[in-house]
Amino acid sequence: MFENLFDHLDQIFVLLKQVLVGVLPAAWQPVASVVLCVVVIIGLFPALFALAVLLERKGLGRIQNRLGPNRVGPFGILQPIADGVKSLTKEDIVPISADWIVHFLAPVVLVVAVFMGFAVLPMGRNMVLVDMDAGLLFYFAIGASTELAIFMAGWSSRNKYSLLGAMRAVAQMISYEVPLLMSSVTVVMMTGSLSLTKIVAAQNHYTYGLPHWFIFTPWGFAGFFMYAIATTAETNRSPFDLPEGESELVAGYHTEYSGFKFALFFLGEYLAMFSISGMGATLFLGGWTAPLSILTWVPSWIWFFSKLMLSIFVFIWLRGTLPRLRQDQLMNFAWKFILPLCLLNLVVAGIWRFMGDGWLRWVVCSAILILAYLVMGRWGMRRQHIAPRSYRYAE
Amino acid sequence: MLGEGILKGLAETAKNFFGSYFFAERLTTVEYPEERIAPIEAARVFPFLVYDVENRDGGGPEWEAGLRCVACQICEKECPPKCIYIEKSKDKKLDYLGKAQYYPAKFDIDISVCMSCQICVEVCPFEAIKMDTAFELSTTDRFGDLLLDREQLAKPNEHYHKIHPTEAAAVDAHRAEEKMKADAKAKSAAEAAAAKGETGKMEVKPAGAGA
Amino acid sequence: MTVAGAVRKQLPVGWNRPVPIEPEGEGELLEVAMGPHHPSTHGVFRMDVALDGERVIRLKPVFGYLHRNHEKIAEGISYLASMPYTDRLDYVCPITNNWAYALAVEKLTGQTVPERAEYLRVILGELTRFQNHASSIGFFIQEMGASGTPLMYAFREREKILDLFEELTGARMMVNYMRFGGCRVDATPAWLDHTRKVVAGLSAFVDEFEQLLRTNEILMVRTQGVGILTAELAVNAGITGPMLRASGVNYDIRKVDKYGIYDRFDFRVPLGDHGDIYDRFMIRLLEMRESIKILEQALKDIPGGPVMDPKAKIRGFRPKPGEAYGRIEAPKGELGFYLISDGGPNPYRYRVRPPSLVNLTVLEDMCLGHGIADVVLIFGSVDIVLGEVDR
Repeated sequence: MFENLFDHLDQIFVLLKQVLVGVLPAAWQPVASVVLCVVVIIGLFPALFALAVLLERKGLGRIQNRLGPNRVGPFGILQPIADGVKSLTKEDIVPISADWIVHFLAPVVLVVAVFMGFAVLPMGRNMVLVDMDAGLLFYFAIGASTELAIFMAGWSSRNKYSLLGAMRAVAQMISYEVPLLMSSVTVVMMTGSLSLTKIVAAQNHYTYGLPHWFIFTPWGFAGFFMYAIATTAETNRSPFDLPEGESELVAGYHTEYSGFKFALFFLGEYLAMFSISGMGATLFLGGWTAPLSILTWVPSWIWFFSKLMLSIFVFIWLRGTLPRLRQDQLMNFAWKFILPLCLLNLVVAGIWRFMGDGWLRWVVCSAILILAYLVMGRWGMRRQHIAPRSYRYAE
Repeated sequence: MLGEGILKGLAETAKNFFGSYFFAERLTTVEYPEERIAPIEAARVFPFLVYDVENRDGGGPEWEAGLRCVACQICEKECPPKCIYIEKSKDKKLDYLGKAQYYPAKFDIDISVCMSCQICVEVCPFEAIKMDTAFELSTTDRFGDLLLDREQLAKPNEHYHKIHPTEAAAVDAHRAEEKMKADAKAKSAAEAAAAKGETGKMEVKPAGAGA
Repeated sequence: MTVAGAVRKQLPVGWNRPVPIEPEGEGELLEVAMGPHHPSTHGVFRMDVALDGERVIRLKPVFGYLHRNHEKIAEGISYLASMPYTDRLDYVCPITNNWAYALAVEKLTGQTVPERAEYLRVILGELTRFQNHASSIGFFIQEMGASGTPLMYAFREREKILDLFEELTGARMMVNYMRFGGCRVDATPAWLDHTRKVVAGLSAFVDEFEQLLRTNEILMVRTQGVGILTAELAVNAGITGPMLRASGVNYDIRKVDKYGIYDRFDFRVPLGDHGDIYDRFMIRLLEMRESIKILEQALKDIPGGPVMDPKAKIRGFRPKPGEAYGRIEAPKGELGFYLISDGGPNPYRYRVRPPSLVNLTVLEDMCLGHGIADVVLIFGSVDIVLGEVDR
């Protein structure tokens, strides 16, 4: 009896949608179904954004031994509303020499592009908006157009420093697209498909109660690690947030934006964070599958969103701990460290696939990856003479 | 291993994050004004003038009659930013030892200039000016409210006991000692005068200002 | 940060020195003013920087925004009345400012200081050094973008030390505690116990701090090899303090002059080898550990007795005509007071030798050739306080 209940709980949103759409005449039902899902996504993820912003401030506060905002509402939960009202009521300044059409369109393009990425994420069993055969390709293609929005923002402001900041941000994002894509290619190699639902289905098996998530394989672990670093750089989060760093000279591509447009940039950045974490969860963490076979009764969408929120916590944790990397250092890091490891990971994934089942392939693949990481890490630091030092004392 | 330092840093931050829920020393916020830290006894903000309720000579309101200040103007001279302004009175009053002293007709402190250095307290020979601890003194009147006159500055000795108990007890003990010495001196002087048998010089020196 | 920039082909009028490094290529030089409103501020301070792309070609520090006529005021008020003004020089370390001034006046008059007062001075001075180095490192990491986490940890410890100051002297920062011939107020046994408790917890904090920072790769990559100050230039420019020792020169006034009773304590002076930013802030971290050692020794050995020279006069203090220069190892460098007395109640000439100002003179030499992103870090590693620079 309980399995039936939990099954229904798992599919509750699908059932709800069917009920609501069933009210309409048959000709309208497909359109209505899609529209309903779109409305839900557009409503849900900004709400999650408000929650994430609050969690970030409270999380950073707790890391720094202080409370975060707690005056507006109990535990500060109404703080995002206060922030939203504030950004809506601010004066919308457009510089007089700016290209106002592009200036207006830049945040819009950003937000639209990011929302489109949510269309292919499987958020639960049977809960994908569009089940494309080339979902992964679609996702990364659309994700790259966020960089266009940033460049539009920098260009249209007619401000030398905004342009510099925008160019730096775009350079950073383009450099990190390569490791992002390459680490996902290993997943495609394993499953033989670009369809996200098939990728999740490939991970939906259990051995001795443990799941077949790709992160639990050597190439998957390395791939996830590089995907995570690339994600942090793509969304301009610390330690890669030089384009929006306040203590640098260039104030960034959103200098000339105020009020609601600025809030839209902020929204776009956080939504990009959600969507790219969702993609990471789908590719490496098994999407909506449960971590242990005894826990499969918990609804699938709960697992998906838990993994999403876990990624957000890790982002906040990184932000609270790490200082920023300088621009040239982050580019060096991408091209000279992450990219070679990514290429090596492709080779290792191939070795894994063709070595057949057994403990040998675990040992060989892990050994190659660990050795490569240690050697490259040590060589890279030593070449720049970077090492912790010990100090002498005067006699 | 590359990344070891970063992992150590992350561990440290996580320790603080989870510690802030369980240990008080990892969450240092004091939600002022609902919570306040216990006041420290030695704290000093702005000066005030002490008056004694029991030593009064003459009429007038309690605070005016009992002011310890004798308008010697030492604090005015020593004050670094010169924020004290004193005008001496023309007549004299008796103090707790029975000596006739001037008193301040005007005693203004401009607390927008005062830098809380408490040199005035240090140099005062009469224990008349002490440091108060009230700090929530915001006002919207830029000039008037921040210039405190005699009446606003005068606070009773029990206020001094409340904010600086140890100091006030020491000061009171010292004053009692001085009074005893002065009484003893007056008594011995009176006895000496009586012993010398000087007639006609029946000077009644009060042993202390009457209550 | 003002982004008023002007692009010029030649350097602006007034920058008299010849160009130390040549711009590459024939682009125009971009002139930017960083400040006086800085996000990563140590006070109101401006740097006029000429950039060739990202590289710094010229840098001119402009200060004076916080000038408050300290030295002229001192000529008009008595010696004692200048003491609270010295609190406000390097406002992060008021105790050491007081101490340097008291030392200068004691040299002028030849007063001696009782033992207990000397121990109290050392205890408070080392506590001040600890909290100054902790805040300095905290602010430095904050500028690097770690969103203030190490800063908050440093301030958590600093609060405990400031509470100690308030219990003893009455004020958290503007303490006005030293007097000529001793200290103003004696420390109660309760205060000494409280201090011992606080000092016992400081070691754990330094360990935590070090774990967070010393091997952090991002920190190392951003600070090692950046902003190098050679020992020769440091000595020639009169740099003192942790900056000098990070460049490898063994000069700590506590060991050289042995003022107060520092020769009784067993502590070491850490030295760096490279003179870059990493060395400077690691030296500060190691000096924090040495301060803890001194504190433990002083708290154990503190004797009883008076804290003030019984012959010292508070009012009517008129030193005989003469001059004296009293200096101490302040947390930021050599803080010196030069006094000329003409026999009156006010000094004839009162001059402060601020360590921050002298340390700033080599800012340009350290920043040349580095990117603009490093200028902020190099500036932070000098550890200045504008109250001292501008007086």
